[in-house]
Amino acid sequence: MKKFVSGDEAVAMGVRLARPHVISAYPITPQTIVVERLSEMVEDKSLKAEFLHVESEHSAMAAAMGVSSVGARAFTATSSQGLLYMSEVMHYVSGARFPIVMMNANRSIAVPWSIYGDQRDSLSQLDSGWIQVYVEDAQEALDMIIQAYKIAENKDVLTPMMVNLDGFVLTHTYELINLPNQEKVDEFLPPIDSIVKMDINDPKSLCFSTSPEHNMEFKYKQHVAMLNAKKVIEEVDKEYGDMFGRYYDGLIEEYKTTDAEVLLLTVGSITGTARVVIDKLRKNGQKVGLIKLRYLRPFPEEELQKISSKAKVLGVLEKDVSFGYEGTVFTNVSSALSKLENQPQIYNFLGGMGGRDISKEDIEDIILKLIDAHNGKKIDRVQFVNLKARV
Amino acid sequence: MNYKENRPKIIEFKNPEHIDDFPVGTTVPSGQLVKKNSGWRTFKPVINKDVCVNCLNCYIFCPDGVIYKSENKVDVDYDFCKGCGVCANECRVNAITMVKEGEE
Ligand code: SF4
Ligand code: SF4
Repeated sequence: MKKFVSGDEAVAMGVRLARPHVISAYPITPQTIVVERLSEMVEDKSLKAEFLHVESEHSAMAAAMGVSSVGARAFTATSSQGLLYMSEVMHYVSGARFPIVMMNANRSIAVPWSIYGDQRDSLSQLDSGWIQVYVEDAQEALDMIIQAYKIAENKDVLTPMMVNLDGFVLTHTYELINLPNQEKVDEFLPPIDSIVKMDINDPKSLCFSTSPEHNMEFKYKQHVAMLNAKKVIEEVDKEYGDMFGRYYDGLIEEYKTTDAEVLLLTVGSITGTARVVIDKLRKNGQKVGLIKLRYLRPFPEEELQKISSKAKVLGVLEKDVSFGYEGTVFTNVSSALSKLENQPQIYNFLGGMGGRDISKEDIEDIILKLIDAHNGKKIDRVQFVNLKARV
Repeated sequence: MNYKENRPKIIEFKNPEHIDDFPVGTTVPSGQLVKKNSGWRTFKPVINKDVCVNCLNCYIFCPDGVIYKSENKVDVDYDFCKGCGVCANECRVNAITMVKEGEE
């Protein structure tokens, strides 16, 4: 069935199809519409779930943890400062291996106070032990919510998952989507059957302490589970594609990369704009290509190395900065590529902070700079895009 | 029934050797005896049984629940006492003294 919805509404529809038992949420712009729609669905009984309107994001995640600890399916959503407020509990959730799914509307971090989009919120949580996927459009947002439960609840993974949507650009933009059929989703996503839960017939202790003698082994197991997720992500994507006709290439998507000498790497909704620019430059005979990095954790190291190994120059465009160093995505990308024998020259473009627009012209400008670098011109390794003041 | 018989059965703690012996996340069958964790204690509470009036105030206040009723008034499970001194502070008849580890 076709529907004309915003990115937030697509997420809510995806959540309904995934049949969570409990939604615990606190509203925060630009995530609000997700939880508003879900509360309406619970009210009109089109979604059979408990809706907990809690007093803060910290409580939202704590409640979701309680839900998951009795073996039920939990959903919550947040953004920006709300995500940071949840941060403490996020580590409990991932350490306890509760397969909670959360939507995050990517939004700038204060101060200056801003409700507009960049990706500093979720990127600052890369080490929280959560799987992180970044989507390009409303359809992918909906599809990924459904996939997220299947990935997170897999016995070899049992790791919480965060689905990231760019604030406003994606959360508030209306698009035509395909709404999957509930019976088919039920077939794809069976009811949760978690082993990490309280059980009256098999009493267990949850979330205990360990001495230094055993603590590291738990962290090792958590790490292995996150690495296991790579294979599961590929399998779930394939199965989803076979059933619903939409494949997302697993951890990383390539666009016109086969013979490309110059590559641009993007995360999230900016990819859509970059595709248009790549098409234009291709028409002009430039050998350029695009990499859409979908997952930041687990990080698709081998896949990225494979795609980039033939290119001469690679630029990373991202909407964040790790103050005093470079972009967080760039740090991860350059770490992966440094293990290649013939690594391409790599450059970092930081932009879009606090909702600053990144236009087609900006992206074309970036790619032309990368082509210059390919032709031997010296360019800055890390640079800000579209600063409005002279520096 | 005596208090000892009334206690839940404890599953013996087997030291894990292979990574698969560790549970998934922090979820294990209840009743498992964890390893003692009092290694960091510098002071330990010593109860003077002659002074103690068996009011159980310390039993109520101990944040780790390691004070227990015994035939001989109250006792401390030193395997799990962290040496915080809350019991000594709460005892109204000063029956508890905090003694430096190794100096008793
Ligand atoms: S010192 Fe602290 S932990 Fe030890 S018995 Fe007294 S109150 Fe309990
Ligand atoms: S508080 Fe003092 S008097 Fe009361 S039971 Fe404990 S040691 Fe004995």
